[in-house]
Amino acid sequence: MRDATTIPIESPLETPWTLPYRGTVGMACLIIAESAIFLIFVVAYIFYIGKSLTGPTPAQVLELPIFGTVCLLSSSITVHFAVAALRKSKLRAFTGWLAGTVLLGSIFLLTTAREWYHLIHDEGLTIQTNLFGTTYYSLVGLHATHVVVGLIMLSLALGFSLSGLVTEEHSEKLETLSLYWHFVDAVWIVVFTVVYVVGR
Amino acid sequence: MSTTYAVEGIDGTPATQQSRPPLNVVFEWLTTVDHKKIGLMYITYALIFLVIGGVQAVLMRIQLAVSNNHFVSPQVFNRLFTMHGTTMIFFVAMPIVFGWGNYLVPLMIGARDMAFPRLNAFSFWISAFAGLLLYFSYVGASGLYAAGSAPDVGWFAYAPLTARVFSPGHSTDYWTLAVFLSGIGSIGTCLNFATTIISMRCKGMKMSKMPLLVWLYLVMSGLVFVTISPLTAAQIMLTMDRYLGSHFFDTQAGGSAVLWMHFFWIFGHPEVYVLILPSFAIINEVVPVFSRKAIFGYPTMVAASVGIGFISTSVWAHHMFSVGMGAAANTFFVFATMVISVPTGMKIFNWLATIWGGKVIFATPMLFCIGFLFQFLIAGLTGIMLGSAPFDWQLTNSYFVVAHFHYVIVGGILFAVFAAFYYWYPKVTGRMLSETLGKWHFWLFVIGFHLTFDFMHIPGILGMPRRIYTYEASRGWDGLNMIVGIGTVFQAVGILVFVYNMVHSYFKGKEAGPDPWDAWTLEWSTSSPPPDYNFAVLPAVKSRRPLWDLKHPEDPDSDYE
Repeated sequence: MRDATTIPIESPLETPWTLPYRGTVGMACLIIAESAIFLIFVVAYIFYIGKSLTGPTPAQVLELPIFGTVCLLSSSITVHFAVAALRKSKLRAFTGWLAGTVLLGSIFLLTTAREWYHLIHDEGLTIQTNLFGTTYYSLVGLHATHVVVGLIMLSLALGFSLSGLVTEEHSEKLETLSLYWHFVDAVWIVVFTVVYVVGR
Repeated sequence: MSTTYAVEGIDGTPATQQSRPPLNVVFEWLTTVDHKKIGLMYITYALIFLVIGGVQAVLMRIQLAVSNNHFVSPQVFNRLFTMHGTTMIFFVAMPIVFGWGNYLVPLMIGARDMAFPRLNAFSFWISAFAGLLLYFSYVGASGLYAAGSAPDVGWFAYAPLTARVFSPGHSTDYWTLAVFLSGIGSIGTCLNFATTIISMRCKGMKMSKMPLLVWLYLVMSGLVFVTISPLTAAQIMLTMDRYLGSHFFDTQAGGSAVLWMHFFWIFGHPEVYVLILPSFAIINEVVPVFSRKAIFGYPTMVAASVGIGFISTSVWAHHMFSVGMGAAANTFFVFATMVISVPTGMKIFNWLATIWGGKVIFATPMLFCIGFLFQFLIAGLTGIMLGSAPFDWQLTNSYFVVAHFHYVIVGGILFAVFAAFYYWYPKVTGRMLSETLGKWHFWLFVIGFHLTFDFMHIPGILGMPRRIYTYEASRGWDGLNMIVGIGTVFQAVGILVFVYNMVHSYFKGKEAGPDPWDAWTLEWSTSSPPPDYNFAVLPAVKSRRPLWDLKHPEDPDSDYE
């Protein structure tokens, strides 16, 4: 029996038929949806700047997290080098760059933890204190949650890589993961601008 | 009509069915990742909730049928309209369009499954769990120390009513969690749709050669990403307000109740388009086949859909004219609302032009499409009325608004979905639905729909507010509300006929064969029901109507597109 493949009647298709990798497209869709979630939290933050009825205010308690920011943004570069190395089948370089990424991401998370400890313990600012506390902890916390998820996935990839399970054929999947990590970094640039520059 | 069995290229072999123990069948459905089975589960689940939401509607109409009625208590009435709205939007309309999309999109683009089959199963089960959670509130909402109660804050749950002080117990939390989880499921499913459509099309199916249904599901998915996510974010904020003591919507600490309204309607209005775009998609497939013509103005249809997608994200505050946003904001949202009727009008004209001069076959799917065209037009016209701020100030929160959006959702979306059932049921089951019962269903439903929702406009104009529990006899609303109530009886009987038709035809219906409607898209090129792998050999296409090319090799579409 002939079937639907016979539909083109004359010449076969001239050009080869390739479509985008589904992992990349799926991650792009997820990034659009996540961006909308962040957008709402950012809008809430901006809307409530200066509307707190009591202190402390951002200007009193916040300091620019330069070190953590440099670490997080550098981790975008290292994850890029990791995937580039994997594509060229340089597995040891891949593992090294990936370990660097996990390390830099963890350092960023530690700086956030220290900042929160300072705010809660020394300044007495909690999510219940005022509108600044409410919007600050939810926005920065939402970003930190995404860093944690990214770190879990990167660490899994690192674990697989150390046990020798990652090869060049997985480069597209790692590329999808690096796309997510770039997104987390890009969101941090927005959060940094809104919380530490505009909002202070 | 079914003269096409002999056409080469249509796989006429019936799918073989061997009987298996019932437990194996159940296990197979519970663990399936097949897009057709998941689609059918979505549809079944939506139909169950349709009956539940319908019963709630009937109870409310009995309560309102006469003045000074005490059929249910005021508390129960509040729960009824909250649960009715939430159920119908999140657990009927969305799953039913997702279900048909799941079933049809891979078949129409010549793929064997969705891009992420396991994500697909996850999205369905998380949505199903959300529905159960919402209804579990009836027994679990007040914890162990008292009888439970369902949420009663309205389907848009305005702040500050949702604060812990005003909504103690857990009923509002069940609402929040149910909506949140259903949102996760929707985003997962739409991520799958978009990826499938972009990455899984068969050979030769460029974006410009996709069936319109596929195009509209792509636009709908994009819309879901940017509209369901804000709702998800707002639910996170509400939960933090209720459990962590934050102040997003707490006016006493400087928070804003209006911010919740904005966040809700940034979701709420595009949501209408999330539901109506798949309905347009169904009409786009059914109308050409039953007019025996190719769709008129394919590029315009695509452009109009994308245009609707973009504009619909900037009209939300027309739900909030009475809040007092100021002249500039009111003007902007009135203008945006008027602009969106342009691409919508283009679609209506294109459908009319498709029917124009065609050899129209008035089978049941086409009847529902024609009902859709008339009713959706009227819904759009009352929409334009409510979209102008001064008119809205008069009629906001009245039954006129209720009549308007039910005209969209029942007269538009539900009619399109019924058309889909009659059109694709033969593909799903291999058997035709009864035309006689289908016509009974159509006419009962049309009569019931118009009795209910045409007459619902009038008490609204006479000043009857929505969500009221009862009213005094002196208002002069009694007769009208009685007619509205009688209409629901016709609709309920229509639904019963429909359900009976589906069950009866599953066993006794006429054999359908692979292509009973002499249609043109790829899903009709495989057997009915399609095998697990959909296509034995993946198809390749050269035009928007591959089966037309196949059946008419002397005059293929690809010469003209």
